[in-house]
Amino acid sequence: MLLRHTPKEITERKALTINPAKTCQPIGAMYAALGVHGCLPHSHGSQGCCAYHRSALTRHYKEPVSASTSSFTEGASVFGGQANMLQAINNIFTVYNPEVIAVHTTCLSETIGDDLPQIKKKAETEGKIPAGKHVISASTPSYSGSHVTGFSNMVKAMADMAEPTGKKNGKVNIIPGWVEPADMEEIKRLTSMVGVQTILFPDTSGVLNGPLSGEYKMFPDGGTTVAELKSSGDSIGTLALGEWCSADAARFLDKAHKVPCSVLDMPFGLKATDRFIDALRTVAGVTVPDELSMERGQLVDLISDMHQYFYKKKVALAGDPDQLIAMTEFLVSIDMCPVHIVTGTPGKKFEKRIREITKDMGCEVNVKAKGDLFQLHQWIKNEPVDLLICNTYGKYIARDEDIPLVRWGFPILDRQGHQYFPTVGYKGGLRLLEKILGVIMDRKDRDDPEETFELVL
Amino acid sequence: MATATKKKMVQWDPADVKAELLKKYPPKVARKRAKQIMINEALENETPAISANVRTTPGIITMRGCTYAGCKGVIMGPTRDIVNLVHGPIGCSFYAWLTRRNQTDAGPDGENYINYCFSTDMQEQDIIFGGEKKLETAIQEAYDLFHPKSIAVFATCPVGLIGDDIHTVTANMKEKFGDCNVYAFSCEGYKGVSQSAGHHIANNQVFRHIVGENDEEKPGKYKINLLGEYNIGGDGFEIDRIFSKCGITCISTFSGNSTYDQFASAHTADLNAVMCHRSINYVADMLETKFGIPWIKVNFIGADSTAKSLRKIAKYFGDQELIDKVEEVIAEEMPEVEVSRGDVRTRTEGKTAMMFVGGSRAHHYQDLFSEMGMKTISAGYEFAHRDDYEGRQVIPHIKLDADSRNIEELEVEADETRYKPRKSAKEIEALEEAGYQFKHYDGLVPGMDKGTIIIDDLNQYEAEKLVELMKPDIFCAGIKEKYSIQKLGVPMKQLHSYDSGGPYAGFKGAINFYNEIDRLVGSKVWSYMKAPWQENPQLSATYGWE
Repeated sequence: MLLRHTPKEITERKALTINPAKTCQPIGAMYAALGVHGCLPHSHGSQGCCAYHRSALTRHYKEPVSASTSSFTEGASVFGGQANMLQAINNIFTVYNPEVIAVHTTCLSETIGDDLPQIKKKAETEGKIPAGKHVISASTPSYSGSHVTGFSNMVKAMADMAEPTGKKNGKVNIIPGWVEPADMEEIKRLTSMVGVQTILFPDTSGVLNGPLSGEYKMFPDGGTTVAELKSSGDSIGTLALGEWCSADAARFLDKAHKVPCSVLDMPFGLKATDRFIDALRTVAGVTVPDELSMERGQLVDLISDMHQYFYKKKVALAGDPDQLIAMTEFLVSIDMCPVHIVTGTPGKKFEKRIREITKDMGCEVNVKAKGDLFQLHQWIKNEPVDLLICNTYGKYIARDEDIPLVRWGFPILDRQGHQYFPTVGYKGGLRLLEKILGVIMDRKDRDDPEETFELVL
Repeated sequence: MATATKKKMVQWDPADVKAELLKKYPPKVARKRAKQIMINEALENETPAISANVRTTPGIITMRGCTYAGCKGVIMGPTRDIVNLVHGPIGCSFYAWLTRRNQTDAGPDGENYINYCFSTDMQEQDIIFGGEKKLETAIQEAYDLFHPKSIAVFATCPVGLIGDDIHTVTANMKEKFGDCNVYAFSCEGYKGVSQSAGHHIANNQVFRHIVGENDEEKPGKYKINLLGEYNIGGDGFEIDRIFSKCGITCISTFSGNSTYDQFASAHTADLNAVMCHRSINYVADMLETKFGIPWIKVNFIGADSTAKSLRKIAKYFGDQELIDKVEEVIAEEMPEVEVSRGDVRTRTEGKTAMMFVGGSRAHHYQDLFSEMGMKTISAGYEFAHRDDYEGRQVIPHIKLDADSRNIEELEVEADETRYKPRKSAKEIEALEEAGYQFKHYDGLVPGMDKGTIIIDDLNQYEAEKLVELMKPDIFCAGIKEKYSIQKLGVPMKQLHSYDSGGPYAGFKGAINFYNEIDRLVGSKVWSYMKAPWQENPQLSATYGWE
């Protein structure tokens, strides 16, 4: 047994986290920053943070992840990191020449109280930021929130680049949240199908799912451009996908520049995608094209064709709040029963929302924000499930308990496809169901006795 | 066309390459980097000094990690029956969770925590009001849940800054439990200039709190410790297989698939065989001073190196029975190795490699490549010190800078009752006269050809330039470097965690490595970089229908 020491009996833990269902803020800030064209994420702290974040993102995407660090040593930790940061800004623009440096803090620089906006001002005064280049910053203390919070904070820093001209650009800002590059690509496909002009930020498509062509571009062609970010203040509105990942940036644009916003769920599954498309057509005042209704119909068709395999199947879920909310709704909508749901990210609202979605499901639901995978595993030991949806760390539980696993979320370290195939939208819904059905039916084919082994499923 | 030019090494003068690497830097950075980039003059019989174990310049995209990574990630991570509890915000523990591919077996006692990740997940109020209470509660909860033999606590950056006294907390808990050794590592990420400081801190605390705790005599005729072997990809399992075939008893491994009891019993071995000099030489020195166990440098990376190291161990014990057994094992293992090598070599001979990893592997793996007829044209370490480049004879000449002075140097003396020289001064002398070297490491530089380029703390920009200019057939580094190199159409092999492969140590490991490199440099994929319309953009004819 891989997790042989996990007891079935649940005891309360006040201080010990075991097998977390979250990581720290800075990695989210780094991922978000990679979605700006020509942007070098910069970690203001000791070297290890940057090395760990780059490694984790690289293992997940199998793509180069460039990011720099202030390389704090003991001296900087005592006297403050300003000198390191100023030196870094100078070196970065000289050696790598990015359009933007997106600085995020760490628990180290937060604890000593480094003030990034002040350091940036000093860099400006000293002429260390070349004309036309940008330094943006986000405060991302690792000791509060989670990687999701860090993502949100950096996206807010992007929104802070908005420079309204007073003349509307006729576009809709879309903040997709921490989804995969392929999902961002799919959101762009959907919006262009509906016929809405958008500014999508961040946008990691073309950055973290790049081609192999014998050429290395430190700054790939993808990413939201600085011009687009500046223009986001002139947009007709902002659709923020996901309360945890995207709402802060959208509300900031509303407050600072009177760009109205609406916070939607991430468009995973049928109903959340319906709401997203409906919002798009309403905002733009257009008719949804038949091709899109066709895609929707295909998803409904698959749900109906395979309903017997979903019906009343119990599911355990771990991941991030925005994704889990949409996924839970999707599972309930196809008559599956998500019974254990854990996120490591704090937020009472999460538990409340999950309770609402599952209230008519007809069975007990365990839900916890600020939970961990150890707890999820114990719940599963007490009430077994038919399916586990989790990041790669879930495979230790899945193997021990012999549960089919669909890898979904971050990080996925042992399978491919998440960079290339979306799970948002109707097509993404088809892919999710294909994956769910795949593991459930593989299990059936493995377990059915010879007499009842079936050709047609 | 990338694929055609790739085949032959572009003739570059090493001095030009060095100048090209430095060209883009601001003057201050260029001056600093110039001291860390060395054109090898090894054959001149005088090794020029290289600047190493110095700070990385802020903003330069380094391969390096932090002290915590060296302590928790490298040294303590591979242990299996110690609950490794990280005191800090969640990230540090999360990132070090199963990512280094240290393999373990649960052993007869069935205790194995390697698949678990433990953290106090410090929150803002812990940073403001102190985290000692939370740490104490977390240790209690871990104890109540698992009743482990030992709980190790690791400090992350904020812990040192807010002044949590983790050593007092752990000492109190140890006393309270009575049957569980609890101790702490002050391995805050900002200490030192790289992972290296963390290795040192880990060495010190393991020596201070665990080594010597179990005096029970273990059975075995030829008892050794294997230091600096982390069982990545199962390397340690392969070495264990060979040892047991030879009749050599490995009392403890520092620290691949290790147990608390192995560390506790390390002082009962009769020889320390050091693999990774950088990460563990402190323990080797301390075991010698306190308990009288001599140490030798070994290398089990490469079949020939494995044979050489086994002979070195046998020679130390000087027992004909062991010497014969070792020869028998080598004779048994080598034919398979030679068949594989002969086959692979027809495709790899004359190819070139670069490797920039760790504090030993950039040296050790050159042996494997040379067994395949491949030449290492440029190499360097990520976190080594000068002695790892130039040999241990330079240690007295290394100037201690502020960063190194911050790392504790344990004062160790001969143990009053347990110090027992394993060899008499006369025996040692006789061995040395016969060419045997104790406490000796030549370093990387002497092993490399003249005109090769040795670079300390290589960064992303230099890596890319090197590959562009010198066009190696394979590049070796870590996960962060992997895909930027491969984008250039050059295969990249991770020598930290081996991608998905291994073991590469020992005899079977050598065969695995030959095949892996053969696969990588021979993969058809490197010929697919351009589409037909990119290779021939001009339409020269109309389409030829059937």
